[in-house]
Amino acid sequence: MPLEHLLLFSFLLFTMGVAGVALRKNLLVVLMSVELMLNAVNLAFVGVARLIGGHDAHVMVLMIYVVAAVEVAIGMAIVVNMFRQKDSISVDSFDAMRG
Amino acid sequence: MHAEHTSLLAVVIALPLLGAIFNGLTGRKLKNDTLVHSVALAAVAIPAALAWVLLFQLLGMDEHGRALHQTLFPWIHVGSFQIDFGLWLDPLSAVMLLIITNIGALIHLYSIGYMKGDKSYYRYFAYLNLFIFAMLCLVLGDNLVVLFLGWEGVGLASYLLIGFWFEDRENAKAGKKAFITNRVGDFGFALGMFALFVMFGTLTPVGDGGINAQLAANPAAFDSTWIEVAALLLFVGACGKSAQIPLYVWLPDAMAGPTPVSALIHAATMVTAGVYMIARLNGLFFHAEIASSIVLYIGAATALFAATIGLVQNDIKKVLAYSTVSQLGFMFTAMGAGAYAIGVFHLMTHAFFKACLFLGSGSVIAAMHHEQDMRFYGGLKKFMPITHATFFAATLAIAGFPFLAGFMSKDEILWWAFASERGSTLAYVLVLAAAFCTAFYMFRIMWMTFWGEHRGVPEGHGHGDEHEGADGHDHADDHGHGDHGHHGEPKESPWTMTVPLMVLGALSVVGGFLSIPPIFTGHESIHFSLHHWLHPVLANSEVHIAEHYAHASSVEWGLMALSVSVGALAFFATWVLYKGKDKLYDVFAARAPRLHDALWNKWFVDEIYEATLIKPLVLFSREGLWRIIDEVVIDGVVNLVADGGKVTALLVGRVHSGDLRASAGVMVLGLALVMAAAVVFGVVDVDLSAVTDLFSEADASGDGAAMGGE
Repeated sequence: MPLEHLLLFSFLLFTMGVAGVALRKNLLVVLMSVELMLNAVNLAFVGVARLIGGHDAHVMVLMIYVVAAVEVAIGMAIVVNMFRQKDSISVDSFDAMRG
Repeated sequence: MHAEHTSLLAVVIALPLLGAIFNGLTGRKLKNDTLVHSVALAAVAIPAALAWVLLFQLLGMDEHGRALHQTLFPWIHVGSFQIDFGLWLDPLSAVMLLIITNIGALIHLYSIGYMKGDKSYYRYFAYLNLFIFAMLCLVLGDNLVVLFLGWEGVGLASYLLIGFWFEDRENAKAGKKAFITNRVGDFGFALGMFALFVMFGTLTPVGDGGINAQLAANPAAFDSTWIEVAALLLFVGACGKSAQIPLYVWLPDAMAGPTPVSALIHAATMVTAGVYMIARLNGLFFHAEIASSIVLYIGAATALFAATIGLVQNDIKKVLAYSTVSQLGFMFTAMGAGAYAIGVFHLMTHAFFKACLFLGSGSVIAAMHHEQDMRFYGGLKKFMPITHATFFAATLAIAGFPFLAGFMSKDEILWWAFASERGSTLAYVLVLAAAFCTAFYMFRIMWMTFWGEHRGVPEGHGHGDEHEGADGHDHADDHGHGDHGHHGEPKESPWTMTVPLMVLGALSVVGGFLSIPPIFTGHESIHFSLHHWLHPVLANSEVHIAEHYAHASSVEWGLMALSVSVGALAFFATWVLYKGKDKLYDVFAARAPRLHDALWNKWFVDEIYEATLIKPLVLFSREGLWRIIDEVVIDGVVNLVADGGKVTALLVGRVHSGDLRASAGVMVLGLALVMAAAVVFGVVDVDLSAVTDLFSEADASGDGAAMGGE
């Protein structure tokens, strides 16, 4: 499997994540899309690491996993609290930052 | 002159300040009038006692080194400009110190009776102590900056006390007028200080290296033009503070304050600050002949001008106010004629008799339930014997009755105005005429107030009795003398008021003997005299009697006889005009209506100032500064900035839709754009060839090798 395929796949996954964040209403889906972006990056790291060797990229991947786990924990907590406030987890229900 | 160190001066100056702070901060909470006036009185009486201690300390020193010095703290140190907060007691400031603390203590005592029951009792005494503190700064300061601090401090205290009963708009306005008029003078004073600093490199008038000493050592080293200019500018300041033409207009209005304040601040002490300042800088004025001659003529003109206005006023305090302006004119005449010691001497005797007159008028005003119009007085001698006796003594003193205080000092001034090297016949004629007017208006007060029949306030006459308390009566002792108005007979004031009157009355009689004119002693110098006492301070600034009068004692005797007979003439004139008139006094108005009208309206000076200065200034301020500079230019710029922000916000604010998805989309888009731009414009050096190489390498080595097999 050539590297460009892998990178293309990673790019597609990332774009799906972005599209998910930008287009979906459900906060849970938005969070999942964020995870998707993180994993797309991980994939690219792993692919390139395989090509050039060394451990730097693997360290990065592990760190991103940790960040992703933390992000999910906090993100979920926030979503639960937001749901308690508005009885909804639709992004459109939360617009307090409107200028 | 080497000055000995003392730490008593700090105590003298600190006590009134502490008194002011204590009463000012706690008076309102504690509501204890006895405590308030005890603290306030002690804060002045203790310094008064210490002043005598200091006097004896000075007396014990060598005549030519008589000075006590104390530096409290370094104040302003900027490069070569070094100002310390220093206090300096020499014979001149000692005279002032004694006058201020002792008369101040008497007037504090008097105020206890006069202000009894006032709802702002504590505020009154706090201000009064503050005044004493500032006045002591003024006279004890060893440099002009400390003096100026006191100069402004007394101005502040004066403003606060003139507007003490500020509920009445007129009083508040009078306070404002005094303050603003003084600003004009202070402007000149500040410029004068700058000029002095440029010339002398110091602002200390006294001691070695001081301004006076520098001038005495080498007067030729300084540009005489600048000496004249500096002296004139300082005199502008003196004109404001000491109510001389053209800045005198605030003082008559300052009578809106409580009467003891008029006595202390606007007669005995503060208004003499200008005279003191000239005496302090005697070296400067000695070498400024043109400025001195201006001082002489302004002084003489003010003396006569104010005295003429005093001739027809019916408000007893107004008469005394113009009298004060006039007497200050006498002092400046002396200063201009180079008779510095005599100016200070008159300052002192004036403090005695004018304080006595003001306090006497206060006693009358209190007895008459705050009626100040003399047309409703008359015959008070019967009801108020002590007030009458002391007032009469002071009247004789100011009118120049032989050997009383005013005679001794005023006659010397007349002589110097006539015969000094710097005097002139014109100045003499002006002050002689002023002396006639002085005697005239004073005896007019006596006739209208104390002698003749009591007229009383007519039933239902609305007079300004809105100040609660401050009079020894209440309505319960009204026992219905129909002729005497509804208040009942006037009564003598309580002892707190009569004791100061008696002390000051006695001083008005004997105070003149502190400096007996040399003609009475055959020109022998008397050791115990004010003249001798001040000599070390003034030694380098001696102006002499003009040569052709130097030994003409017959001329001097003749002039003395003339001034005494002028006083007597004034007395008889008032006798003829005012004796036994039980109706309202209008003889003057009937005989010379136009002159009376001009005098009654104070020569229309206020109106002239209003039309020529105030109106244009207000117009310029309102139409020019307010409507154009402020509203159009300044507000315009400010509004432009604000509106610009508002419009920008309206435009940019739309981006903040609060829509998470839109935000995320914009963020990604922006990020992509930035990255693309960075690559395109080469901000970030992305070596794309490396990536391309990678791919080609991967191709070359086959899929399996590159990706770890499939």
